[in-house]
Amino acid sequence: MSKRLAPAPTLSRKREREVCKVLACGNGFRRSSEQGKGGIFRSGLAAYPVILLQIIAGGLLLGAVYALFSAGLSLIWGMMNVINFAHGEFVMIGMYVAFLVVTALNGGPVAFAPAAAAFLFLLGVVVYFGLIRHIIRGPMIAQILSTFGLALLLRYVTFWLFSANFRTLPDNLIPGTVDLGGVLLGMPQLVAGGAAFVLTIGAHLLLTRTALGSRLLAVAEDRSAAMLMGIRPDRMQALAWGLSAAGAGIAGALIATFYPFSPGVGETFALTAFVVVALGGFGSIPGALVAGLLIGVIQSLSAYAFGPVYKDVVVYALFVAILWVRPQGLMGKLV
Amino acid sequence: MSPPPPAPLLDVRHLEVRYGDLVGVADVSLAVGAGQVVALLGSNGAGKTTTLNAIAGLVRPSGGAILWRGEAIGGLPAYAIVGRGLALSPEGWRLFVGQTVEQNLRLGATALADRQRVPELLERVFAIFPRLAERRRQSAGTLSGGERQMLALGRALMSEPKLLMLDEPSLGLAPAVVETLYDTLWRLHGEGLTILLAEQSVPLALEIADHAYVLQTGRTVLDGPARALEDDPEVQRIYLGIRGEAAASR
Repeated sequence: MSKRLAPAPTLSRKREREVCKVLACGNGFRRSSEQGKGGIFRSGLAAYPVILLQIIAGGLLLGAVYALFSAGLSLIWGMMNVINFAHGEFVMIGMYVAFLVVTALNGGPVAFAPAAAAFLFLLGVVVYFGLIRHIIRGPMIAQILSTFGLALLLRYVTFWLFSANFRTLPDNLIPGTVDLGGVLLGMPQLVAGGAAFVLTIGAHLLLTRTALGSRLLAVAEDRSAAMLMGIRPDRMQALAWGLSAAGAGIAGALIATFYPFSPGVGETFALTAFVVVALGGFGSIPGALVAGLLIGVIQSLSAYAFGPVYKDVVVYALFVAILWVRPQGLMGKLV
Repeated sequence: MSPPPPAPLLDVRHLEVRYGDLVGVADVSLAVGAGQVVALLGSNGAGKTTTLNAIAGLVRPSGGAILWRGEAIGGLPAYAIVGRGLALSPEGWRLFVGQTVEQNLRLGATALADRQRVPELLERVFAIFPRLAERRRQSAGTLSGGERQMLALGRALMSEPKLLMLDEPSLGLAPAVVETLYDTLWRLHGEGLTILLAEQSVPLALEIADHAYVLQTGRTVLDGPARALEDDPEVQRIYLGIRGEAAASR
């Protein structure tokens, strides 16, 4: 653990700066504030509203990706009362699937996102039948330890296969920036945020508007009653794990286009997802969407206002404060 | 005691259900013939719910046999049993309150092999319960007690059951609502539906039933035509505890 933790952040920061320089990303994953300050230097105070818009837009795009991978965690949490500590690793594996598809198979963005989704869906189903099904009625501690163990397993297998080096996807994968009246948005961020937003809404519609979603929610609400309807709970729960992991995988693949990654990167995403789920309410996908966008914007704004180092502190402080006032989250209960 | 009708649809023989060391049902035997209404009577904890749950596949029998048209179905999971034509409307209705009335009804048809029949069945349920049609887009959680009972019954009917099992359908309902419910059951019975009914309200159950079984501490202690049980004050005093008997057992 210590071996990994010590060098990672410095490496990460250095690499990100490099990558940001290379990509000239108008609104990077972490570097948004520095870009914002650069903006002030360039255009003076007259550009202030534009900078604010820029920060908010960047935060929203990032937040949509947060929402996408948090929605899956939320679904599993709300449906089965299982906290998946390996969810961040699902995101991380999505990044490596994208990396493999791009570097080894020469695939483009149209190929790697579906590939990540398919691979992670399969992984989610395997994890359900191989692990979760056996511990789902066990004590809480068994669930925590087993998903935490799964997280370690996935993380260190990735270390073993890919080493601890930070990787990036080629910068010309999704080229270009878009200028919206002075607000500059990098194409990778725009694609990631847009796709994540659409997919999160799609997941919500799948659950609330289709027969399949109805069965899935029926199992979530009352397993025995669902069985009396003729529904096989195992299948629905495996499907939920598949969808949850697939969402995380796509999110990872999308982020990978502008975010350097190493096998330890899942931890950050897992923490963010926990905050989003707790804010949005356990099991609520619209809640995850609103909370994800909120967290994205808060992170961006606080990184600009207080410096990038403090942005997570602000988010977690707010998180604790909101849980204090509304322990059920901002948007209440299951879907 | 009268002998069970010939070639029963459902034949439960010496059913035993254990929850760990606890015995939920010790020895229950009953038979339901096609087209019959059979009542399962007994006080709280007598084993009515466990018996129905075992037939429906929610709990695994530890002994005895459950025969459905001659096939042993004991121990099959619930989702396999509803597909064979046995639907249970469980105690407390267990609606999916997070979903709409229509979604609840459609869920009831999950086990149906022929998906083409779903709209037709939906219309049939709406014809029986016009109130549900009015509220089809409403969340099931917003329904009143009587409407919830209608939805639970309608949902069970959506699987086109040959045998409809109802666990305490009148529990917690206003008397007027209970009366409508039993009118509906009577109508369904008239259309040829076979019903197995667990009920604490004995007069109601005996009024509609052809045959009744009395359960006490997990055993069938008595059975007979409903009319005979209804007219037997001794039976009522000992097992059912109704109609102002001072020493009624509870």
